Amino acid sequence: MRGNSVLTTLARWLGAFAAALALAGSFATEALAQQPLRIGFGMSLTGPLAGNGKAALIAMEIWKDDVNAKGGILGRKVEFVYYDDQTNPATVPGLYTKLLDVDKVDLVVSGYGTAVIAPAMPLMMQRNLMFMTLFGLNVNSKFNYDRYFQIMPAGPEPAIGWTRGFFEAAMGLNPKPKTIALVGADAEYPHLALEGARVHVKRLGLKVVYDKSYPPNTTDYSPIVRAIQATNPDLVYLASYPPDSAGMVRAVNEVGLKTRMFGGGLVGTQFAALKTALGPLLNGVVNYELYTPELSGKFPFLDAFLKKYQERAAKEGVDPLGFYLPPYAYAMMQVLDQAITATKGLDSGKLAEYIHTHTFDTFVGKVGFAKNGEWSEPRVMMVQYNGIKGNTIDQWKQPGVVTVLEPGPYKTGVVKAPYQDAKH
Amino acid sequence: MEASTALVVNAIIAGLLLGGFYAAVSLGISISFGMLDVVNIAHPAFIILGSYVAYIVNDRLGFDPILVSVVLSPLFFALGMALYRIYYLCFEKRGQESLRGLAFFFGILFITEVTLVLIFGVDYRLVTTAYSEVTWRAGDIDLPMRLFVPFLVSIAMVVALQLFLTHTFFGRAVLAVAQDQLALRLMGVNPVRVKERAFALSIATAGVAGAFLIVIQPVQPSIGREYIGLVFAVCVLGGMGSIWGTLIGALVLGIAESFTSTFFGPSWAPAVSFGLLLATLAFRPSGILGR
Repeated sequence: MRGNSVLTTLARWLGAFAAALALAGSFATEALAQQPLRIGFGMSLTGPLAGNGKAALIAMEIWKDDVNAKGGILGRKVEFVYYDDQTNPATVPGLYTKLLDVDKVDLVVSGYGTAVIAPAMPLMMQRNLMFMTLFGLNVNSKFNYDRYFQIMPAGPEPAIGWTRGFFEAAMGLNPKPKTIALVGADAEYPHLALEGARVHVKRLGLKVVYDKSYPPNTTDYSPIVRAIQATNPDLVYLASYPPDSAGMVRAVNEVGLKTRMFGGGLVGTQFAALKTALGPLLNGVVNYELYTPELSGKFPFLDAFLKKYQERAAKEGVDPLGFYLPPYAYAMMQVLDQAITATKGLDSGKLAEYIHTHTFDTFVGKVGFAKNGEWSEPRVMMVQYNGIKGNTIDQWKQPGVVTVLEPGPYKTGVVKAPYQDAKH
Repeated sequence: MEASTALVVNAIIAGLLLGGFYAAVSLGISISFGMLDVVNIAHPAFIILGSYVAYIVNDRLGFDPILVSVVLSPLFFALGMALYRIYYLCFEKRGQESLRGLAFFFGILFITEVTLVLIFGVDYRLVTTAYSEVTWRAGDIDLPMRLFVPFLVSIAMVVALQLFLTHTFFGRAVLAVAQDQLALRLMGVNPVRVKERAFALSIATAGVAGAFLIVIQPVQPSIGREYIGLVFAVCVLGGMGSIWGTLIGALVLGIAESFTSTFFGPSWAPAVSFGLLLATLAFRPSGILGR
């Protein structure tokens, strides 16, 4: 009898203890659920690509506000922890180590651009982290990391997809062009873009009459353009960053470059600053764009987002149009959001597997990823600028100054050639 | 004109125009570093500040940026005086100008850059002028006004400065302070006052050079760092403290860069330019016109 009462007492104590444990556990889960979901990244807030970096940051903050307004992700409010990478690749490894080991963020995404994504890759691979990236050209071709994803619409072979539109448009000329000059800045993105261009050159049997790069801090580009002109190329493919895009466009106008088609991979002419500064100097240039008002109506949510973005950008002195990076920065976070919600957690392996095997509805349309983490289908537009008058921004906000040449579903016209006639 | 002859002539012209711009950005360093021994590593930051001042006035009022920079140069002069006064009291007077003074100017460089970022943002800025998109052509020879106008004003600035230094009392005092400060003091001239005004003159030239820069290419706050190496290289190549040497050094580097870009490939241009600098210093360590 005495033994029974001891057992009963013990059972009561054990039961109470179990109940207390369960209660504590539920408090912990609730506490975790109330902790913010911290996403860390570096972003170019100063340096040559800061204009893009700041625009991307605005878009990501708009996404954060939208998501938090709906209660966050998995019930957790989203918070950003970010630092300025100064568009300097050397800062990136230390910056991401700090985010992971000191700030202890829950997830990391990349900053903007090939130059600052590549240096983060060894750390991501070492820690086995899922890594969503923003506009890195062909970064994963050397790493072959299966948890890398990239939001730029260049397709599964990015350098080739990025440059395809220029060559498709060029091969539509009659007679077909035979010679090409390749020129670009001595930097990561232009190098990779020119690698892609060389693949098309070989495929199409074009003869390369000029193939050189220049230091990014070149002041006067007219010697380069004259050297190109001396080779008399049918096509001139240029891969450049914003200051040299402006320098080369000015130089080709001053020298009076004569060629059938000029352009291809100029970064910078997608933003309001260079569109308005260069104005009519851009007439005749063939270049890539990711969005133009010619597409409005095809992506209705995007139009609504652009309105929100443009209001904020005007206040912060950043690209007031937002046609280039912001929609894709927002879409990158939408993919992350949907993957976390679907997998109900932050496990890198599960997130990577989910992203590889599903498509996502985003502001830039349906997005799916290939095995190497790049977009499964390329969707970079190649356009020709024409009819630009003066340096006002309003003409860029409506259809009329851009002819979409490629890809087919978005085509609005054919290329005007030669370049020297298309300028007028 | 034959194509290859035209290419050579255009390369020389482009090199001269580029050299004129290099002379303008280096003139201030020739004074502050070459004559006053002040290692003003923040000089490019004042060039960028000049660019933004020119940009604001051009954007709001439509005035020509180079004209604006000349008219507003007294403001940069006053800024230079204030900056030198702080530098002198905190470092030079205490004999700490070498390392701490250098750190001071590094700090000024970054403070200026960050201030510009906070006020103007990080987007590239360009100006529009009546001559930005004008090119004079004579057969196969091109003369873009975007580079020619800054070249002309730069040459005028160099000539004016050289005349000022050699034909005015104050100018000769500046040359004297570079040679022997004690002797100058014994002659009843305050060398600190002379250096203060000479340094202010160097900052004033930076303001004007900034207007040239924004006429020639887009500008954003951190672009000044790309010119740190160049301005000191031109100053050393030309000969420390020699204004004519600065001009000649700048023209030499400009022509070397242009020729290399045209005939051998632009990626070789910095190597050739700085190789020339090393070769010159090997045979003439004081520079082209250095004493």
